[in-house]
Amino acid sequence: MKLPPLNALIGGGLIGTLVIVASIGALWTPYDPLRLSFRYKLAPPSPMYWLGTDEFGRDVLSRLMAGAATSVWISILTVTLAVVLGTLIGVFSGYVRGWVDRVIMAFNDALLAFPGILLALGLLAVVGANKYGIILALGIAYTPSVARVVRGTVLSLREKEFISASRVMGNSEAFTMARHILPNCIAPLTVLATSMFGYVLLAESALSFLGLGVPPPAPTWGNMLAGSRPYIGQAVWLGIFPGLCISLTLLGINLLGDAVRDKLDPRMRGTR
Amino acid sequence: MTESSLLQVEALTLAIKSSGRAVVDQVGFSVARGEIVGIVGESGSGKTLAARAIMGFVPPAVKLVSGSIRFDGEEITTMAPKRLRAVRGSKVGMVFQEPMTSLNPSMTIGRQLEEGLALHRKLDAEGRRALILDMLRRVGLSDPQGALEAFPHQFSGGMRQRIMLASVMLLKPALLLADEPTTALDAVVQRDVMELMVGLTQENGTAVLLISHDLGMVARYCRRIVVMSQGRVVEQGPSADILARPKHPYTRKLLAAMPQRGEPRDLPQVKTPIVAVRDLIVDYPGRQRFFRKSAPKRALHGISLDVQPGEVVAVVGGSGSGKTTLGQAIAGLVKASGGDILFDGKPIFKSEAAYWDYRLNCQMVFQDPYSSLDPRMTIGRLVAEPLRLVPGMAAQDKTARVAEVLTEVGLANGFADRYPHELSGGQRQRVAIARAVVRRPSFVIADEPVSALDVTVRAQVLELFAELQRKHGFSCLFISHDLGVVEQVADRVIVMNEGRIVEQGLRDQIFDDPQHAYTRKLLSAVPGLESTDDGGVRLFWRLGDARQDAPTPRA
Repeated sequence: MKLPPLNALIGGGLIGTLVIVASIGALWTPYDPLRLSFRYKLAPPSPMYWLGTDEFGRDVLSRLMAGAATSVWISILTVTLAVVLGTLIGVFSGYVRGWVDRVIMAFNDALLAFPGILLALGLLAVVGANKYGIILALGIAYTPSVARVVRGTVLSLREKEFISASRVMGNSEAFTMARHILPNCIAPLTVLATSMFGYVLLAESALSFLGLGVPPPAPTWGNMLAGSRPYIGQAVWLGIFPGLCISLTLLGINLLGDAVRDKLDPRMRGTR
Repeated sequence: MTESSLLQVEALTLAIKSSGRAVVDQVGFSVARGEIVGIVGESGSGKTLAARAIMGFVPPAVKLVSGSIRFDGEEITTMAPKRLRAVRGSKVGMVFQEPMTSLNPSMTIGRQLEEGLALHRKLDAEGRRALILDMLRRVGLSDPQGALEAFPHQFSGGMRQRIMLASVMLLKPALLLADEPTTALDAVVQRDVMELMVGLTQENGTAVLLISHDLGMVARYCRRIVVMSQGRVVEQGPSADILARPKHPYTRKLLAAMPQRGEPRDLPQVKTPIVAVRDLIVDYPGRQRFFRKSAPKRALHGISLDVQPGEVVAVVGGSGSGKTTLGQAIAGLVKASGGDILFDGKPIFKSEAAYWDYRLNCQMVFQDPYSSLDPRMTIGRLVAEPLRLVPGMAAQDKTARVAEVLTEVGLANGFADRYPHELSGGQRQRVAIARAVVRRPSFVIADEPVSALDVTVRAQVLELFAELQRKHGFSCLFISHDLGVVEQVADRVIVMNEGRIVEQGLRDQIFDDPQHAYTRKLLSAVPGLESTDDGGVRLFWRLGDARQDAPTPRA
């Protein structure tokens, strides 16, 4: 049997581990992630606390496990929201062109010119800082870049002769979009979505840092990373482990994204 | 000949590094001073690689295995890089295929031409300028002074190729490598550029190695021809001998693939044409700027034509003649601003029913087989797609029809599950044809269907197309710039220029007795071919061109 490509193996392994850990973390953790213990505050990694404890004596491993579910869930939903919204806008705008396109894209570019985090801050002020508020705010903040990329792809696809062929066949515009344009947008979209996943994880931590993320004491990787800042000199494990989790997740998502793109693209089949 | 030869290539072998497969295999040929030699071959024959090796340009993925290239008594393959750079440009010049990308778009023409001179010749700025102006005048630029300050995008493809030629010839190289120098150009422009190139090189005693897939053009300008196939030289010799008495089977195949006039057909006369176009006008809207719109550009000025059932009508013209726009307007891809299209006597713009009848019965084959098939669909699904809209067709009938059509185009065995990228250009075009005929249309528009294909593949695809046309009896509007192909397939010919029909008539009438000046110009730009009894062909120039044979310079 032929082994799957290396990027699928490593990426799949990392993401698989993450999913398992997050599921376990939702049900059981070695300690209560919220339990304070002033006796053991800022304890270094030891057989008792594998990854050490934080400034309130909470177990870092337990908090990471509990936070995995929240962080990953937020990121996945946010990216999905941005991709779906952005694709709809981009395909529509690129396909109809004309003044509709110009108006949509002018609006889109105005949003794009806004720093994403600032936009999210504004939206969070309106909808309130909670899990779903973050998803909605970041989702909307990242939609314009998806719309841009999709529109560009659609514009170049439109000029291909197979789109003309579809019209000559008598296919409706909607069918042509769904059958011939959307599937051909998948490759750039997977690349964009996987890199966006990383930005969202970081943006979530930035929002937490600014006090507008998932409210404490609930752990997320982002607010753990943010909270480690004052203690970086004395308790380096506080920053290292959440950071490592974020990096490994990003690596896994990116590798898996490449593998999925190759798998979905018939041109890549049989070339390796 | 070896004594006086300028370039001597012996047993040149180039192989792909990773697989070790030889792409140029034991190739040997020579070019004498001032001689014009042509290398003919199809894609993958290794002709371009062999020529690039002469310049010392071998792509990184390819390595030189063995052989020698002696230029002017010096060995190129072992030459030091510095010496090689001096030889390039000053002694060997190269003209590339794509005039749109071979000039730097952000540099003025003057500066680009000066570059080579400054590098290889000891001249002051004044001297260089005088030389450049003289050369630009020589290649036929009307305003050489102005051209110095102009950028490449301000010139047409033909003009750019002239400028490219000027930049190479400024250095008066001993050898000019011309890799498909006119393939991207119009037939009429092609001839002008070729004549200029031949004239200019002869004046300076420059030898030319002309690389092309176009046997007719090579035979017209070259004294000797080297025929390459799959990395090998299969035959070489004087042009006249190769044409008249081809020895190698591949050369014969190549000659047999040259389009030739078919027998005129008798078509039953019918009262209503299957498709009638009346006063069709197409305007391309002007660019929208702030608060004002620039004037629309009229691409078609009231075109009227009839296509009879079963008839193949060819539309010919140079680039910009509006022939492609005409095809797209008839196919409904471009909106007409005026005029009517009648299908089977019923105007299609007036009633929904007539429009749908037309939509289901009119299909199109596009030019580029690489972009006309959705890369994410299998061949089977691509061919089945048009059947989706056929009212009341059962699923198993559809499957059976797809299998039948794939068999008809010669792609029966296992092709249905493959993707377009796994197919060659010719096979893709067969898929495109299958997709166009699967609904059994009564009218097919073919926009340059074979111009992206190799000579022998082109012949096969044309044959397939003619066979399907005979079998199913669809009418066809065949749009092409290639008069040879048109002569082979058309019953009737329409000549277009600048958005107007300048002449139309039966094929033999147009080809033998053209009336309009533009038609004559088009015809005189391409050589005609006649097969002789012994398997060779005879090249002739239409309309009593003075030169009956290929020029034999410095004979």
